[in-house]
Amino acid sequence: MLRFIWPLVILLLILHQDNWFWDDGTLVFGFIPVGLFYHACISVAAATTWFLVVLFCWPKGLDEKVSHESTKGEQSV
Amino acid sequence: MSFVSLRTSSLTLATEVGEAPAGLTEFWIIAGYLLLLILLGFFASRLFTGTKSDYQLASHSIGPFLLLMSIFGTTMTAFALLGSTGEAYKEGIGVYGMLASSSGIIHSLCFFLVGIRLWSFGKRYGYATQIQFFRDRLDSDLIGLLLFPILVSLVIPYLLIGVMGSGTVIQTMTAGAFPDVQRFVTESPATSGGFPKEFGSLVVCCVVLSYVFFGGMRGTAWANAFQTIVFMVLGVVTFCVIASRLGGEESLLDNLRKLGEAIPEDKATRVEMSKTKFFSYLLIPLSVGMFPHLFQHWLTAKSAKSFRLSVVAHPLFIMIVWVPCVLIGVWATSDLIPANIPLPKNPNAVLTVLVKNLTGPILGGLLTAGVLAAIMSSLDSQFLCIGTMFTNDIATHYAKEGRFTDRQEVMLTRGFIIAIVALTYWLSLFESKSVFTLGVWCFTGFASLFPLVVAAVYWRGLTKHGAFACVLATIGAWLYFFREAGYGANRTYTIDLLGHEVMPVAAIFAMSAIALVGVSLVTSPPKEETLRKFFSDDII
Repeated sequence: MLRFIWPLVILLLILHQDNWFWDDGTLVFGFIPVGLFYHACISVAAATTWFLVVLFCWPKGLDEKVSHESTKGEQSV
Repeated sequence: MSFVSLRTSSLTLATEVGEAPAGLTEFWIIAGYLLLLILLGFFASRLFTGTKSDYQLASHSIGPFLLLMSIFGTTMTAFALLGSTGEAYKEGIGVYGMLASSSGIIHSLCFFLVGIRLWSFGKRYGYATQIQFFRDRLDSDLIGLLLFPILVSLVIPYLLIGVMGSGTVIQTMTAGAFPDVQRFVTESPATSGGFPKEFGSLVVCCVVLSYVFFGGMRGTAWANAFQTIVFMVLGVVTFCVIASRLGGEESLLDNLRKLGEAIPEDKATRVEMSKTKFFSYLLIPLSVGMFPHLFQHWLTAKSAKSFRLSVVAHPLFIMIVWVPCVLIGVWATSDLIPANIPLPKNPNAVLTVLVKNLTGPILGGLLTAGVLAAIMSSLDSQFLCIGTMFTNDIATHYAKEGRFTDRQEVMLTRGFIIAIVALTYWLSLFESKSVFTLGVWCFTGFASLFPLVVAAVYWRGLTKHGAFACVLATIGAWLYFFREAGYGANRTYTIDLLGHEVMPVAAIFAMSAIALVGVSLVTSPPKEETLRKFFSDDII
């Protein structure tokens, strides 16, 4: 499962280092500097990435397994 | 007209026309807010079942929404409101990328990769603290003795920042409320007549103590959720009001455009920021993987599914809080700030000064409540966590088996919490400005220990000797750089790493990881039985 997560996270980290907007003071929508707007978009992209991870990479059956093992542990105690 | 004469004249005028003195409305709003929190703690305590598991971990009953709000509230300190505005005022818009968008990526990564695994171990084997996990995973009692003082020492300055910050905020925002009380008069008119900061800190400590003492983890989670909503909503309201007062146009969009155009070039870009320093800041958010109080919050989750909302919504929540604060910070550098608002030398006070001068007393009082909410939602978890660590990792761990009943362990935890609150308050009385600069050093220490927790959950080859080497390398390097930075006095301290300017965390993190891997490779691994316990299934 990790092999799906790492490329996405690495891509986000590369995009995070936005040397291309470093000295660009353009205002997006006439009020927000592009450097800030871009990083707000990175936050949205991060949330989207994690949403995809939750949809497609979430560990299956973990709750049942943990619940079963913790019940077993309590009984043996 | 100077700030001093502005405040003095408004105070005189208020007294002459029989209005409430400046700061009094803010005082009552703050008092009302603190009372609400005590009531919340009281209601949470009515659900307390009396067991240690319920007190320390809310019986693993926290669902997705409460988990999201409590984790977010815990990770966002006063820095999220005051510090973000102040740093943007000083450095420009680059602070968002440096501290906020990076946290959106890394925090959720830690929740997903580390948090869920630790939750599953905690639920299976009954852990309440990190040290219990490390002792088991590494087959070493000594690792607990080494980690305990380090973790506690790194949390205490963090606690002090909150306690001292809360007193300062209350005093500044209530300045002028009690002009006739001689004890409350100070040399600086910005604080004179305000509720003294040592009293403010004491009241905040007592309020947090009350709901943590009676409500335990459930009270803490409820209070955190409530306080997170408070500071998020108030942050956005403050943003809109300040935009309207500074812009002076009809619509919000027109105000935003006018203010956007007024931002100086150097603050709207990152021309003065080092690219490699910006890059090395990416390591700082890894600290959440080693925060002991966050570990405890993870263990409160009802199920692994409860983590889903936190993993997805955390980056968005950071954006909702930080973008408005960063914009306010850069607006404060523009020439649209009225000349009669003297901006303070301390950047962290920029937001407070703008609110006090541009909004009414009610919004001022509410925003103070919001700032206190951000502070207290971290303080409560840290107090509870240290109390839990003292109880589980020291008192009951070294006592004979069966020495304490479950109820006695709850009382022990409460006793330790009272002791740590008292100690923190006592330390806060010693005026030490440098403590505020310790924040980033605490994060550096926790972030540099991150290789330890990742290796513990993912690498079978980690040995106890490797873990010792990692912790000792971290502490040794941390102390070296801390001393080089004048014990935190040099706030802009960076190091030269292969010709690039980077934060000290980059070097400490590298040493920590190299020591861990290098020593683990040449020493014998843990027993097969231990490895089976932690690596029997492929969770993630």
